[in-house]
Amino acid sequence: MTRYFTQDHEWIEIDGQTGTVGITDYAQSQLGDITFVELPEPGTTVRKGDAPCVVDSVKAASDVYAPVSGTVSESNAALADEPELVNTSAEVGGWLFRLTLSDPTELGGLMDRAAYDAFVEGL
Amino acid sequence: MSDTYENSDETLADELEVLTLPLDAWHRAQGARMVQFAGYWMPVQYDGIIAEHVWTRAHAGLFDVSHMGQLLVSGDAAAAALETVLPIDLANLAPAAPRYSLLLDDAGGILDDLMLTRRNDGFYLVVNGATKWDDIGHLREALPDDVTLNHLADHALLALQGPAAAAALERVATGDRAVADLRFMQGGPFTLAGVPVWISRSGYTGEDGFEISLPADAAAAVADLLCAQPEVKPIGLGARDSLRLEAGLPLYGHDLSPETSPVEAGLGFAINRRRRATGGFPGAERVLSELAHGVGRQRIGLALEGRQAAREGAKVYHENKLVGEVTSGGFSPSLGHPIALAYCASAHAAPGTQLEIEVRGKRLPARVVSLPFVPHRYHR
Repeated sequence: MTRYFTQDHEWIEIDGQTGTVGITDYAQSQLGDITFVELPEPGTTVRKGDAPCVVDSVKAASDVYAPVSGTVSESNAALADEPELVNTSAEVGGWLFRLTLSDPTELGGLMDRAAYDAFVEGL
Repeated sequence: MSDTYENSDETLADELEVLTLPLDAWHRAQGARMVQFAGYWMPVQYDGIIAEHVWTRAHAGLFDVSHMGQLLVSGDAAAAALETVLPIDLANLAPAAPRYSLLLDDAGGILDDLMLTRRNDGFYLVVNGATKWDDIGHLREALPDDVTLNHLADHALLALQGPAAAAALERVATGDRAVADLRFMQGGPFTLAGVPVWISRSGYTGEDGFEISLPADAAAAVADLLCAQPEVKPIGLGARDSLRLEAGLPLYGHDLSPETSPVEAGLGFAINRRRRATGGFPGAERVLSELAHGVGRQRIGLALEGRQAAREGAKVYHENKLVGEVTSGGFSPSLGHPIALAYCASAHAAPGTQLEIEVRGKRLPARVVSLPFVPHRYHR
């Protein structure tokens, strides 16, 4: 499985045609305490750059963009009762939603881990 | 991911040079995340907003509010002149007792809210950081030449808030009397870390606590001394906002503005019987009429179910009718659900009324509740 990153601090992990999307640990550290996550319904069609998900922290609500286009197949039900999973486990248990990719070539425009780490280092 | 919905106090500041406060290096050394606010770099959080919020409600938190404007108005004619600018009653204001007042425009709109204390050296005012330069201009214009306005720009302002604040401060403050003997809304001169300071028992969290005005060059030593007390941790602006929201206290620029009047804002208590009788302050015609006849809309508290917060600008509905707008909102760490302040048509403002708030295309149920959301625990 391969994981890619965006300049907007989302990650997407690819397993065949399915991508699991979350925000990075850096992103959660910037947002602070997360109190609510508005998740997309399965079946929702999203285009790369759409904002199908919103993460609420104590101080602000932040859009989460789709790193690539596709159809939402699942969202992380555990976040309804435990939105703080996005703080404690942003890149594992705090995943947000899964997509069935409609155009895997879009992955070519994303960063790998090393490039993302360098990007964050430069912020 | 992006902070699309964040209330942007930073927008204007972005275009100007961002200034630093006396404790800038101190905050960074404590691990604070610094943000731009009211034209300054300020600490938004250290350990995390919820942890800091909960700590302040249980123990004591130290807040740096040195961005606020500290002013001194003096001269024989100062009291009479201030009464023409503010709806305050200085004839019946005891020395050293801070009182809440409002800077109003001629139409009764709120230009700022402030605290005023009669001291030996004059009238000491604390005004909001984002409005202080406008306030100074407004006051210089309104006050006669024989009244002196000094901006105490060489002073810092700290707030120590929480149920353990008195015990912590008592251990380190010396003076003619014990700091713990002050009651809510009383103040006086004390010494802290060898430095003369002015302490009042007041604050912006709903908790017992103190506000400490001190020379800026002593701020780091005093902050170190206070944070060395086991009850005390530094607290950022994020928790300051969530604490004041739970306490139902309005924030200027959000819940108060030139578009809101004191009576709409629920601040009629700031205009006492004498000033209601005499008038003679800016906007008196409107304010006195609203006190007598009521207002069409008013500031209310709303409690939301679930976890999704409503933020400033969200529209409030009663059935399908637009009846108001949220002016501040967020998740309440103490209550475990979101809360909001809103202006709402008076017909739908009674506690218990069921309303709805529109957030990103969805209607969230919200119930009108009386303020404060979390009971005040002042030392009266």
